Amino acid sequence: MNLNGFFKRDIIISGVGGQGIVSIASAIGYATLEARLFFKQSEVHGMSQRGGEVQSHFRISNEPIYSDLIPMGSADIIISIEPMEALRYVNFLSMDGIIISNKNPYKNITNYPELDKIWDSIMAIPNSIIIDADEEARKIGSSKAANMILLGAAAGKIGIEFSMLENAIKTLFGRKGDRVVEINIAALNRGREIFLGK
Amino acid sequence: MKKLPLLGDEAIAQAAIDAGITAIYAYPGTPSTEITEYVSRSKQAKEKGIKSHWTSNEKTSVEAAIGVSYAGKRAMACMKHVGLNVAADPFMNSAITGANGGLIIVSADDPSMHSSQNEQDSRYYGKFALIPTLEPHDQQEAYDMVHYGFDLSEKYGTPVLMRITTRLAHSRAGVTLNVPKKENELKLPADLRQFVLLPSIARKRYEMLLNKQEAFEKESTESGFNKLIDGVDKKLGVIVSGIAYNYIMENFQHKNFPYPMLRITQYPLPTAMIKQLVESVDEVLVIEEGYPLIEEQLKGIMGIGKPVHGRLDGSLPRKGELNPNIVGKVFGIESSYRDVNYDFLVNRPPQLCNGCPHIDSYEALNEALADYTTGRVMSDIGCYTLGAYPPFNSINSCVDMGASITMAKGAADAGLVPAVSVIGDSTFMHSGITGLVDCVAYNTPVTILIVDNEITAMTGGQASMALGRLESVILGTGVHPEHMHVIDPRRKNHEKNVEIFKKELAYDGVSVIIARRECIVALDEIRKEKQKLAKVN
Repeated sequence: MNLNGFFKRDIIISGVGGQGIVSIASAIGYATLEARLFFKQSEVHGMSQRGGEVQSHFRISNEPIYSDLIPMGSADIIISIEPMEALRYVNFLSMDGIIISNKNPYKNITNYPELDKIWDSIMAIPNSIIIDADEEARKIGSSKAANMILLGAAAGKIGIEFSMLENAIKTLFGRKGDRVVEINIAALNRGREIFLGK
Repeated sequence: MKKLPLLGDEAIAQAAIDAGITAIYAYPGTPSTEITEYVSRSKQAKEKGIKSHWTSNEKTSVEAAIGVSYAGKRAMACMKHVGLNVAADPFMNSAITGANGGLIIVSADDPSMHSSQNEQDSRYYGKFALIPTLEPHDQQEAYDMVHYGFDLSEKYGTPVLMRITTRLAHSRAGVTLNVPKKENELKLPADLRQFVLLPSIARKRYEMLLNKQEAFEKESTESGFNKLIDGVDKKLGVIVSGIAYNYIMENFQHKNFPYPMLRITQYPLPTAMIKQLVESVDEVLVIEEGYPLIEEQLKGIMGIGKPVHGRLDGSLPRKGELNPNIVGKVFGIESSYRDVNYDFLVNRPPQLCNGCPHIDSYEALNEALADYTTGRVMSDIGCYTLGAYPPFNSINSCVDMGASITMAKGAADAGLVPAVSVIGDSTFMHSGITGLVDCVAYNTPVTILIVDNEITAMTGGQASMALGRLESVILGTGVHPEHMHVIDPRRKNHEKNVEIFKKELAYDGVSVIIARRECIVALDEIRKEKQKLAKVN
């Protein structure tokens, strides 16, 4: 949405407690600061972090943002580290919103539904994409960078300059050394390529 | 001015540092934990020499904060809403003693019970204690209100309550900071009997508190935080408190809000402003996050002669957290969204981590209890409460901090023998010790399992008061050394541990079994703490 100079992006980041949705949110956060945009980021702390369903609402705008929560029907993107968790938030998506989801389930429950049904439901949302982010990250050097594959795939939709996301990764992982930064930046780029169909 | 990206909790913490606090005290509890964590990690706080202490419980937090205030310095005590129940005694009485140095008590409510056993509204405590209460609507206002709150506290010699909710506590936004202040000089109260609440003095202090009410209300009217905003459509007037304001504005972004609106973030309620609004409109709508506190007062028994809408008449849900959609709906705004219902979706409840020591503890306990009828395990508040879920189905209660031991005592007194208590190390130090003393005093046949993972785990890993002192505390209460065991909850020790449980379940008196193994997700932190402890000793 870009009407009369008004810019906003509502992003839901979802997954299972412990999967690292916080790194995705933090990376977008640093990039938003560099872009000098307003943001609000709502997180889940507490009991759900123990292997439960978790989500973060990330809101970006060039005007002050009121609600910490994204209204239903307003999200531009769902970035999900886990496929079933993506579907939990579909009624938050705007009518032209999309899902960018990892392919691989996190099965810490005994009654996990049929995967095909989940994948089909994701792909039924136009322009959505399912990526084997773990495998792609492994090819680059560490399956831990799966998050950044997904973030990279979402980068074009987020509407912040790509270089700012790269800088965010440098800030976020700088303390862990150059190798970790390199892998995560490569993952970000690979994610972008996958989304563009390369 | 540079903006810092801060959670609501962190904005409060940074403001406390900048407002020149001398000390901050807390017992961890979602969603309040990150306030004190932030101060503990802050380099600036370290340089200023600010004392940031996790305490045994919320009562000791507030009492220590009152002590700092007595000495003329600024202090903050932080807790979750149910923690304020634990601290209610010092909290209520601090209103009578009044403050010397600035004193703010922060209580973080959890509407919709994301991580809590109820959704009580702390604003009632502010009203109950007759002290000013602040309810910021966003991160910046939370920051600004801490500064204002300390000044207010010192101006009127009163403690101040700050009430936030989960959504503000755990949402991040850019916050602009003030110039930091230095801490106060040590300065005892002018009247050294101010804090001596003997009846004769307490009566005078209570009178003084009552006499301050008018000034508190004047502050609510004039501080600028409560705002009366006019609107063209006088059919409806809206009174909105705290974070609910954001949800209205979200629905009216780029539009003029048509109705006159009174935005409340400071209590006691500004009567004059409310009258002004009510007189100018036909009907009133009250939107507040939490209980219908304003709505109830407005309606009273006799009413205001005009319809009042809100949570009590079904215009808004009676319970649970508000959101932009619920608030939009009350104004007739329906949003379009994909109304999908995937019937194959299943819930994913939180669960014990892989390798968690509690798993082994519950497996051993379950086996030892297999010879008895079910329904005899009282438990408590922590990660181990997840033992209520399959595959364990081990526990039968979770009521309040420490209640496992005392409920087991009551159940045993009623004839349920053996009765079992399962409690964490930190929860035991919080409120379990006194219950254990009760059991020992009457030699009640209870078996108490302390699942000691050497940290306060559920809230993300804060120091446990039990570390390095648990056995001596237990023996100090009079538990017989033969009936205190320390076991290592691991698969390979299963048979041995089951035997110990069985033996103690059969014992006609108080037994304590400590199942000690580090929390699997906090191994590094715990080892560091232990090294520190070893150095001290």
